[in-house]
Amino acid sequence: MPSFQFTAAPIAAEQLRVALADPACGGYAAFEGWVRDSNDGQRVRGLEYEAFEALGLREGERIIAEAIERFGVAHAVCAHRVGSLAVGELAVWVGVSAAHRDEAFRACRYIIDEVKHRLPIWKKEHYLNGDSGWVNCERCAAHAEEASVHQHVHDPV
Amino acid sequence: MNARPVNGVAPLLGLVLAGGRSTRMRTDKAALRYGGRSQLERAMELISPHVQRAYVSVRADQTEDPLRARFAQIHDDRENVGPIAGLLAAQTHHPQAAWLVLACDLPLLDAATLSYLVRSRAADRAATAYRSSHDGLPEPLCAIWEPRSAAPLAAYVARGRQCPRRFLLEADTQLIDEPNPRALDNVNTPEEYRSVTSDLLPESTSDPKHITVQYYALLREQAGRREEAVVTRARTAAELYAQLAQRYPFSLTPEVLRVAINAEFREWTAPLTDGDAVVFIPPVAGG
Repeated sequence: MPSFQFTAAPIAAEQLRVALADPACGGYAAFEGWVRDSNDGQRVRGLEYEAFEALGLREGERIIAEAIERFGVAHAVCAHRVGSLAVGELAVWVGVSAAHRDEAFRACRYIIDEVKHRLPIWKKEHYLNGDSGWVNCERCAAHAEEASVHQHVHDPV
Repeated sequence: MNARPVNGVAPLLGLVLAGGRSTRMRTDKAALRYGGRSQLERAMELISPHVQRAYVSVRADQTEDPLRARFAQIHDDRENVGPIAGLLAAQTHHPQAAWLVLACDLPLLDAATLSYLVRSRAADRAATAYRSSHDGLPEPLCAIWEPRSAAPLAAYVARGRQCPRRFLLEADTQLIDEPNPRALDNVNTPEEYRSVTSDLLPESTSDPKHITVQYYALLREQAGRREEAVVTRARTAAELYAQLAQRYPFSLTPEVLRVAINAEFREWTAPLTDGDAVVFIPPVAGG
C-alpha cells in the first residue's frame, strides 16, 4: 500500500488503520480532518478539493518519509480526499504506529502540519449565502489589488 | 549653493528617491545593475546636468549604506507615507527650491525624456509631470515639484493621504506627453527586472520552446482552461508567467506562487527546456 494517496471516494480509514498494525508497535495515533460548517465567519455548505496529483503524490511520500526518519516511527500513512465534500465528511486521514506513543503523536502532528503547508492541493469553499472562494488565494489576490491601487506607479522607493 | 528664486523662478534641485523597502523586488532596487551601473548611480548621473545640486533621498537607517553614502543625502523624517516622505523632507530643507524628483527604479529613462521635462517646466504651476502612456494619470516620480506645492502637499499628508498621483491630479499640474512611451516603465519585481534586462540585451532572443502549462484552482478559473500548449521564447518560468499574465486576468502575483517543472518544485529562475510541463502553484490549502 502506498504511504500517501489521493482518493475521490470516501477514505476507508479502518482499512488504513489495520494496515498499520505491527506486533513491534505499542502505540498508534491518528488524526482525522473533517469538513467544518464555518470558516472565517462564513457559513460553509461544502467544499471541493483539487490536487496537482503528480507532484502531490511525490510530496506526500516525502512528508511521510521525513516523519518516519525524524521520529523513528514504524509505519505512517496519509490519505487526502479530492472532489466535492459535504460538511462532516472526512477530508484527510493520518495514521502512525510506533513502539511508543510519544513518537506516534509527534509524527502524526508533523505529517498533518506539513500536508497543510506543502501539499499542492487547493480548497474551494461554498458558502450558505451562495458565494464561494479559494481558501488562502482570494485574500492574496485582494491584497495584491489593494497594493496596486496605492503603488500603481512605484513601490515606496 | 544659492537656492533662492531668480526672476520669480525657483532654482531647481534634484532628488533621487532611494529610500524604498523594495519589498516586491526582495533586493535593494537602488543597487540593481543595468549596463554595469547601479540604478542609483545612473539616476544621479541623469539628473545632475539639470540641477544646481542633486541629493539622494534615504531613510534614516540607510545613511551609512556605501552606495548611498557617496552622495549628498536628505533623510526621510516620516514613516509609512511612501515616496512622498522624501519629497516632504526635501521641501522642508529647501522651501524656496523646486525639486526635480526622480525614482531610482526607472531603468528605461533616457536623457532626452528628462531634458524634455525640464524644458517643459511651468514654474508658475504647482508641478510639471508626464502623463502616463499607460493610463493617462500623472507620473509623480519623474516630475518637477514647485515650492508652491509644498504647503498643499503637507496638508494632504496630514489628512492621511499619501498617493502622489492623486495629489497631482487634484493640484494645478502641468501635464505633458512622454516622447518615449516606455521611458517611465518601472521595475518592482524580479520578473519585471528580468523582462527589462532581456529587452535591453540583444542576445536575449532564445529559440522558441514548446511548453505545456497546466492550471489549477484559481489560476485554472482565471485562465479558463486546465491545460494548454504554448510556444514561447521565455527563458525561465518567471518570464513565462509574466507573458501569460498579459493574456489572462491573473490576480496572484509571483510572490505568492510557486513553480513546478515536470512535477517537481523549481526556482522561478530555472531555465525552461523544450517539452517541459509547467505548473504555477497558488497558495495551497490542504487538510
